[in-house]
Amino acid sequence: MIQLNEISKSFKIAKRSAGLRQAMKALFVREYSHVNALEGISFRITPGEIVGYIGPNGAGKSTTIKVMSGIMVPDSGACSIMGYTPWKDRVAYVRNIGVVFGQRSQLWWDVPVIDSFELLKDIYKISGTEYKANLELLTETLDLGALLHTPVRQLSLGQRMRCEIAASLLHGPRILFLDEPTIGLDAVSKLAVRQFIKDINKEKGVTVILTTHDMNDIEALADRILMIGKGRLLYDGGLEKFRGQFGEKTMDEAVVQMYREYQI
Amino acid sequence: MRAYISVGKLRFINGLQYRSAAFAGIATQFFWGFIIIMIYKAFFSQNDPLRMTSISLDQLVSYVWLQQAFITFIVLWFRDAEIFQLITTGNIAYELCRPCAIYEYWYVKLLATRLASALLRCFPILIAAFALPQPYRMENPPSFVSFALFAVTLCMGLLLLVSISMFIYISVFWTMSPVGSTLMIGAFGEFMAGLIIPVPLMPEWLQKIAYSLPFRWTADFPFRVYSGQIPAHDAAWGILVQLVWLVVLVTLGKMLMNKALRQVVVQGG
Repeated sequence: MIQLNEISKSFKIAKRSAGLRQAMKALFVREYSHVNALEGISFRITPGEIVGYIGPNGAGKSTTIKVMSGIMVPDSGACSIMGYTPWKDRVAYVRNIGVVFGQRSQLWWDVPVIDSFELLKDIYKISGTEYKANLELLTETLDLGALLHTPVRQLSLGQRMRCEIAASLLHGPRILFLDEPTIGLDAVSKLAVRQFIKDINKEKGVTVILTTHDMNDIEALADRILMIGKGRLLYDGGLEKFRGQFGEKTMDEAVVQMYREYQI
Repeated sequence: MRAYISVGKLRFINGLQYRSAAFAGIATQFFWGFIIIMIYKAFFSQNDPLRMTSISLDQLVSYVWLQQAFITFIVLWFRDAEIFQLITTGNIAYELCRPCAIYEYWYVKLLATRLASALLRCFPILIAAFALPQPYRMENPPSFVSFALFAVTLCMGLLLLVSISMFIYISVFWTMSPVGSTLMIGAFGEFMAGLIIPVPLMPEWLQKIAYSLPFRWTADFPFRVYSGQIPAHDAAWGILVQLVWLVVLVTLGKMLMNKALRQVVVQGG
């Protein structure tokens, strides 16, 4: 279903040292450094999997998600998702996926949540009956009833995140990309979000790719983890096997040790 | 298509919320209109106008009031901060996950914002301008044909203006700050559109430059069609020119947008 082959991406970053003199110099001579965000990432994911995608900050997790969701064009490598190349067939492809960026918002700030949902209905050309069924299901499972008619600016982070997730699933996507969906959430919201991800994976067979720094998310959800560091894939395998290598250690400790071993 | 209509509708409704901004705007524009007309009144009283220009004071008064009433149709500094934010903060990520072409999507947003804003502002200014004593009073158009042509050219002008303003937004993909492009394209474009000095009052060499650029078709042209200063026959041809400019600018804008999106760096983690 998802297949990445040797995906690479580098960024050009303008650099200068601190201070006025350096700032003046930068007016005339710009110095750039290249950062290789991804260096030949390859993996495949089969339908119905929940994959946890982990790695330290700056490892390239978000970049991978952006490449897979058609937002960014990689420098080299091939990617085929449901038969599409995401960045080439962007408009046709994105109908089939849902994306949640935990640190961004897709809802219109000043209007009630339901207005944003109605707009998405038209944008994705969701039929009336499908929209109603999906909305009902999402409202029930994510407990949105009281939130739908509140302007987004007045929602708490946890409430908003539940609405964000619902917004990404209204069109019934086959694949769901979650980029740090539990960031900043309280325990109750976290559990609710996790439970929900499990449910839609089981009931609707949605394939889920999830990045997070919260190892409890991974333990609760993922059957398989992909670990990335400095743009390279370091581990790809079952969660149990990963845990087995580290005996009694907690997930967090295991991950830290893993990072240390690879010097990332 | 439906998606774009919905975006436009939501944006339009959103735009109608900004009533106090419109109120303040009306006051400013009203004041501004008065000052400008006073200047031209003084100017015309000291010179034999027909020796210098083909536009009369009455026509100029209509020109000024229309400028003030439809200011959000014609100025380039009227900008949508949200789109700039989308680009500079990386929130464009979500826009790119939608099965929509970004150019069209933004075009509709911008169009709706300007429409909503103009709807709030134009009527109070126009009603007052028609009720003022001479020489400040705005005159009716000379014929119904002039009025109809004015309506068409004004709408075409709006479409054209949005396509020009799209370049400011697209440029932010490279510059990461809207200040420079808005200032440069804005100052140059608005001057060439006759918003500072009406095009008929410019020296001839400058008029030639203004006529060869797209900007004057957004403001100067419809306002002169209104007062009949541009006769109906010429106005009809002008609509064709507007259409050609629109096609050229939209095509160019889309090409640039595609180029920008291919190399887009979504800012932030």
